[in-house]
Amino acid sequence: MNFTLHIWRQKSPTDEGRTTTYDARDISPDMSFLEMLDVVNDELIEKGQEPIAFDSDCREGICGSCCLMINGIPHGPERGVATCQTYMRVFRDGQEIYIEPWRARAFPLLKDLIVDRGAFDRIVQAGGYVSVNTGGAQDGNCLPVAKTDAERAMDAAACIGCGACVAACKNASAMLFTAAKVSHLALLPQGQPERHARVRNMVEQMDREGFGNCTNYFECEAACPKEISVQFIAQLNREYLAACLEGEGEK
Amino acid sequence: MKRLSRMALSSVGSKYIMALTGLGLMMFVLAHMSGNLLIYGGRDALNAYAHGLTEHPFLLWTARGGLLAVFLTHLFFALRTWQENQSARPIPYAHEATIQANWASRHMLLTGVVILLFVIYHLLHFTFGVVDADHFKRPLPDDPKQLDVAGMVIAGFGNPIVAVSYIVAQIFLGLHLWHGGSSFLQHLGLNGRGYDAAVNRVGAAVALVVVVGNCSIPLAITMGWVY
Ligand code: HEM
Ligand code: FES
Repeated sequence: MNFTLHIWRQKSPTDEGRTTTYDARDISPDMSFLEMLDVVNDELIEKGQEPIAFDSDCREGICGSCCLMINGIPHGPERGVATCQTYMRVFRDGQEIYIEPWRARAFPLLKDLIVDRGAFDRIVQAGGYVSVNTGGAQDGNCLPVAKTDAERAMDAAACIGCGACVAACKNASAMLFTAAKVSHLALLPQGQPERHARVRNMVEQMDREGFGNCTNYFECEAACPKEISVQFIAQLNREYLAACLEGEGEK
Repeated sequence: MKRLSRMALSSVGSKYIMALTGLGLMMFVLAHMSGNLLIYGGRDALNAYAHGLTEHPFLLWTARGGLLAVFLTHLFFALRTWQENQSARPIPYAHEATIQANWASRHMLLTGVVILLFVIYHLLHFTFGVVDADHFKRPLPDDPKQLDVAGMVIAGFGNPIVAVSYIVAQIFLGLHLWHGGSSFLQHLGLNGRGYDAAVNRVGAAVALVVVVGNCSIPLAITMGWVY
């Protein structure tokens, strides 16, 4: 298969950046999107040009680093997969493909297609953990979890932190990410002691990072490679209200 | 107090304000429509209702003040949210795409501004009598103490341009409610509790009721069904 690629190139955070067009020739339909870019990069290196910088690590849909905006859709047209699991057969032969980095004030661009998603780390540091006092591990049977809660917590915990929700959202809002992290712990017994402080602190940090607000476009849910439901955003809203009504409490 | 204001200005807290003010405005629109539909009960029914409202000036002006406050709060938070959202993505995508967000959800500010302009026009028309002053607040022929509200409405919509402008405005209101009427339930955290199908449809249902109900009045008057 052959493709015409329009790719964002930007040497450094301060460089202006521009869209550059490349040809991808003789691509196997069974290659992943990243493998297709590897082929293009090999050619660039052979020609002595600077290869296209993009992030990837696991290449099996679990690390969340392969963040590419493909024809305006995070991770490309297929639902429920990351870029590394998007195969070239989902495109038409000869198709023009626009490849852009995530665009959000809170995700500053580092180079070409790579952005700094440190804002997500800081949101998690603000409360996306449980504090465990040292000592012997508690007997698992002492912490009963209803099956429905376990499953919902697991659905939320499927978030790989890739940032597709922010990239897809027309407001560049991080609500789905934060909601998944808050809900995951709020549904489990281990998350209860810090439940209220967690949601307050994580929402505050999210706002400080400069993400947008949620106006229920639900683009995030459609773009999420783990298909995390916007119902978790409704849960975040409930959690936040409960936490604010309860009072300042522990910080 | 400090805690409440910090909460209200946060991204999640301001959703609650948008949702509650939106809900308040929606209830007003439904109540306002119900009152106006009395015109189908004849001129006297509408006039009696309008007269009833003016009989309790204190209640009326409290309600008007409250409504204005809710409206301005809704407007303020809508603009604030919009401004923050604009600055959250300084560099747009070269290739924009939309996966599932519908037109109504993507144009809330536009439909809201049209509603604002319409409300101003509507007040100038039927509340302050600046537009179409000839027909404004004339007494009933057989009771000089009572105003002929039904006559004013029928005369006002006798002008087809006025009738069409009201109908167009209702369509914008309907689009705003199509999204807003479901969106507020999600903002209040009521989604994901076992009645999601209803949550997702209530906006469309309210929008249809409001558009059909409100548009029927200028339409019926233009067609000469109500006179
Ligand atoms: C000045 C005119 C208005 C403007 C500029 C405006 C603007 C907006 C905006 C930007 C939103 C947020 C959209 C979102 O969160 O998805 C919104 C939500 C909403 N608006 Fe308005 N609006 C106006 C008037 C009205 C009126 C008259 C009504 C009542 C019929 C109304 C009912 C709602 C509802 C129910 C929502 C949903 C609240 C939510 O999403 O939680 N709005 N409006
Ligand atoms: S490279 Fe790890 S999710 Fe795609």
